[in-house]
Amino acid sequence: MVIDAREMDYTALNRAVRSSREDCVIDNCLGQRFIAAGEPEREIVVNGIPGNALGAYLNGARVVVNGNAQDAVGDTMNDGVIVVHGDLGDTAGYAMRGGAIYAAGNAGYRAGIHMKAYKDRLPVMVIGGCTGSFLGEYQAGGLIIVLGLHRDGRPIVSNFPGTGMHGGRMFLRSRCQDVLFPEQVTAHPAAEEEKAEIRPYILEFCRLFGGDPEALLSGEFTVVAPDSDNPYHQLYVEN
Amino acid sequence: MKQLEGQVRIPSGCAISAVISKEGRRMTGEKIIGSMKPMHDRSNGLGGGFAGYGIYPEYKDLFALHLFFRDKPTRLECEAYLREVLEIVKAEIIPTRKIPQITDEPIIRRYFVTPLRSVLASMQLDEKEFIARIVMHINTSIDGAYVFSSGKNMGAFKAVGFPEDVGVFYRLDEYEAYAWTAHGRYPTNTPGWWGGAHPFALLDCSVVHNGEISSYDANRRFIEMYGYKCTLQTDTEVITYIADYLLRRQGLTLEETAEVIAAPFWSTIDRYGPEKREQLTYLRTVYASLLVTGPFSIVLGFEGGLMALNDRLKLRSMVVAEKEDLVFIASEEAAIRAMEPAAENLYAPAGGEPVIVRVREGAY
Repeated sequence: MVIDAREMDYTALNRAVRSSREDCVIDNCLGQRFIAAGEPEREIVVNGIPGNALGAYLNGARVVVNGNAQDAVGDTMNDGVIVVHGDLGDTAGYAMRGGAIYAAGNAGYRAGIHMKAYKDRLPVMVIGGCTGSFLGEYQAGGLIIVLGLHRDGRPIVSNFPGTGMHGGRMFLRSRCQDVLFPEQVTAHPAAEEEKAEIRPYILEFCRLFGGDPEALLSGEFTVVAPDSDNPYHQLYVEN
Repeated sequence: MKQLEGQVRIPSGCAISAVISKEGRRMTGEKIIGSMKPMHDRSNGLGGGFAGYGIYPEYKDLFALHLFFRDKPTRLECEAYLREVLEIVKAEIIPTRKIPQITDEPIIRRYFVTPLRSVLASMQLDEKEFIARIVMHINTSIDGAYVFSSGKNMGAFKAVGFPEDVGVFYRLDEYEAYAWTAHGRYPTNTPGWWGGAHPFALLDCSVVHNGEISSYDANRRFIEMYGYKCTLQTDTEVITYIADYLLRRQGLTLEETAEVIAAPFWSTIDRYGPEKREQLTYLRTVYASLLVTGPFSIVLGFEGGLMALNDRLKLRSMVVAEKEDLVFIASEEAAIRAMEPAAENLYAPAGGEPVIVRVREGAY
């Protein structure tokens, strides 16, 4: 199914998307929100600029964007994959608790905010470029991988990464000497066995966007994690 | 009895957009109106507006006052006052189109004026200060009259409604500007009324804003010590007065103004070299009360340019792109693509990082 989204508002577009269970291509997309929200399965390809909250509550579908995406990609997604052949706006992967987001380019502010793992679910976000400030803010679980490709002299992450982080891990492909981490996280160079854990995601990233996975994996990674299993221990009461 | 907006709270973001030609090429309002369409759902119909720079070349040496009047007696009272202090070169209704989407309009007029030289001389004021005082006087003392635009060769146009309708209402396709800014309003804390729509303009300075100023009352108390009066029942107004105060009266640069409004955190300041650290510390200390906190993305318009700025935490989205001599700024990339599908060099400025675009000297 092919939908021409020109001049369509988001309700009409999403109604058209939901009118069928087939795979779907959306052409001439321009800012329509909530595309693929809650979709359980099938593939949805977006040509153009999808609006905010692309793939919100996504529940198993595969969403491919041939271009940049705006804010809150994969907000609270549960399962499925979002592939963006471009940049992500702010708050990508907001509170996601499953599935994966792959972006070829950069991410804005607060990527992975409130990301969490849940039972057997492990959300993963792989960002090819750099990210804005507050990466992994309040991160509670899951994996954030930042590759720092095409950096143009920028630091791999901007200010305040991992503020409020209390679960999960971030892998940053850099020694991160220019990055200031908050007190409640630790940062250490990735050991070989840690790198092995992210290998499948790097392979997938290169399959999607090109690049040499071995070259990427041979680089130095910094692993960022909360410095205890229970950072709020005795903050209010013994727990 | 039906309760009006303002008596009931309608909890409901905002949208901003701007375009400028660095070569001073003038564009009709159609492009900027079109940019607001994909962002329709960021507004809720309770306010929309535009500012155009370079729109009155035939009167470019006169201040263009745009006013709302509640009724005819208010208009007559206000005009009598204007005649006392100003030479009115031209007075007219601002042309509008009657469209069903825009209703309950006040009387909307504009006056091309120049201060009476004798009055200026006796008050020992420069003409900008004089006009600013007149604006404050009308907005505080003439009940039902509001000056919503007061610069030279520029104008703000605003109403209650969706921005794309407001642009049609004010016939902005018939104006040509080298820079346009636009706003779609989604008021969260204060009423949606004509005076409360964006842009907020004083002299040539105009602001469109998406966000909510947590520091509003601290900012207001400070700025009101310097003769500004916040009368428009919404927070954005204070940013316009802060910008006018810092740029015109304190003589700060745009960069310094950004460093006051969106001052970096002390922890960030500590990481700069000594010279920069000292400057930022000075600005944060002297103008502590003008730090604007809470989420915001703004576009500040001024004669010959635009400045875009996010709050230092970047709690609102904003993207910038270019195409040839044009620079685009908007809340969403979709808005930029609506103006120029092939826009290039798209990026999202960091929180507190001002983006300043100027028209080539002599081209405006």
